[in-house]
Amino acid sequence: MNSPVKTIPSLPDTLRGKLRAYWPLIKSLQTGLLLVTGLAGYMSSRCPVTTWPTLLGLSGSLFLAISGSTVLNMVFDRDIDARMARTAHRPLPSGRVSVGEATLLGIVMSALGIGWALLLSPLYGAVVFAGWFFDVVVYTLWLKRRTPWSILWGGISGGMPILAGRALGTGSIDWIGLTLALAVLLWIPTHIMTFSLRHAKDYRHAGVPTFPARYGECLTRITIALSSIAAAVAMGSAAYGIGMTWGYLRLLVVLSAGLLTLAISSLARPSWRANFGLFKYASLYMLGAMLMVAAGGP
Amino acid sequence: MKSMSVLDRLLLLATGGLAAYQVVVGVEGLGGLATWAYTVAFGVLLLAGLLLIILGFEALESPLVVIVAALLPLSLSLGLVAEYLPAWSGAYMAFALLGLTAIVITRYLAPGKAATITLALVHGVAGLLIFGLPLILSLRGAAPMGFILVGIGGGLIGLGGLLLAFLKAGKPLLPAETIFTLLPWLLLFMTAAFVAGMAMA
Repeated sequence: MNSPVKTIPSLPDTLRGKLRAYWPLIKSLQTGLLLVTGLAGYMSSRCPVTTWPTLLGLSGSLFLAISGSTVLNMVFDRDIDARMARTAHRPLPSGRVSVGEATLLGIVMSALGIGWALLLSPLYGAVVFAGWFFDVVVYTLWLKRRTPWSILWGGISGGMPILAGRALGTGSIDWIGLTLALAVLLWIPTHIMTFSLRHAKDYRHAGVPTFPARYGECLTRITIALSSIAAAVAMGSAAYGIGMTWGYLRLLVVLSAGLLTLAISSLARPSWRANFGLFKYASLYMLGAMLMVAAGGP
Repeated sequence: MKSMSVLDRLLLLATGGLAAYQVVVGVEGLGGLATWAYTVAFGVLLLAGLLLIILGFEALESPLVVIVAALLPLSLSLGLVAEYLPAWSGAYMAFALLGLTAIVITRYLAPGKAATITLALVHGVAGLLIFGLPLILSLRGAAPMGFILVGIGGGLIGLGGLLLAFLKAGKPLLPAETIFTLLPWLLLFMTAAFVAGMAMA
């Protein structure tokens, strides 16, 4: 009788399989958007972007630090993810990656990212570390399950890559960098709150306190509209401070007008469609604004 | 309603890209009014393209569409008047503002015949200006021949507007499916004609 032949996967196949399993752990779209903000912050300082080693260092260190914190976030939130239909298929709750493996991956990526950042510049490294600390320790470990206001700290963490990029470019922390970080912080409620409105049932089921659950949909929509206005003002002020050319400033005004119109329309005529439109447009707005910050200088 | 294909999205993305380009480059040597009028016109095109990509053709069912759709011809014609007939810019700006206000008021307070007549009147004047002014100026030699492209864009905008208006009124000139297939092409060709015409002016 023939015994079944066991095929041993080759090393490239094993690596490919691991990468396929790990990739969703870093939330590539979110990490990509934060990375773009970091690059935009750096390029906004008008330092020559042809300093490729620095640009490469910035991209590599930020990617590793942001991805590391996201993986650790996934590890700590795996029980929440398992209770929500939207996230139950993620690698940890579905068992495709073990907790130990993901924890090790998150720690190694974080350590490499922050270490590389510190080597590039102590100030830049300190800001990158602050972002990681606010995301992993303050937001995820401490506040996320306690208060809906945790998103404020998530927002501060989200503003750190752009501040870090700017700090690496200028060698200091200036008002423009802080205003850019503030713009990202003020944009976060538009992004997160529209998301929590959309998936309110899921979050309630998982026991995660959200703004709509605590304060109601109407107040949440008002907050979204106000924070959109404030984000647009902050982005405009920073763009003016950078010395963005008049043409790009006009384009920023147009994109900001779109954000405000959608936020107000979602407030005046609440609907699933209005909320979805605002959520998607907010991401496009941030991406567009970052491209202009990077390219629109004098 | 027709679902949006990848080609539709690409066409709308190209429309948005062209409109964004025009907002950034502007038109050299223009005064504030013309610059801002063109910015509003191309800004509306950019945002319309993005929102159609995000929300699909269902976005056209929003009651805001009528008002936003009026902004485009009004602001574009205002820009043309401010640039080529500056003596009339004050009067035309008053017409544009009153026209837009009248559209908003009649849409919400007196829907029906009054709303339709107001819409047709305001769109008609703005559309004729966008179509006719570049044509007359180019043929008279007051502007380069390439400026005619802006008039062609005006013709396309009128065609798109008519198709959508009759569709909304329940008396479509073409099957709805055909109109939604044509719409992204019309928007792209119209924007390209405006941008090229302005570059050649």
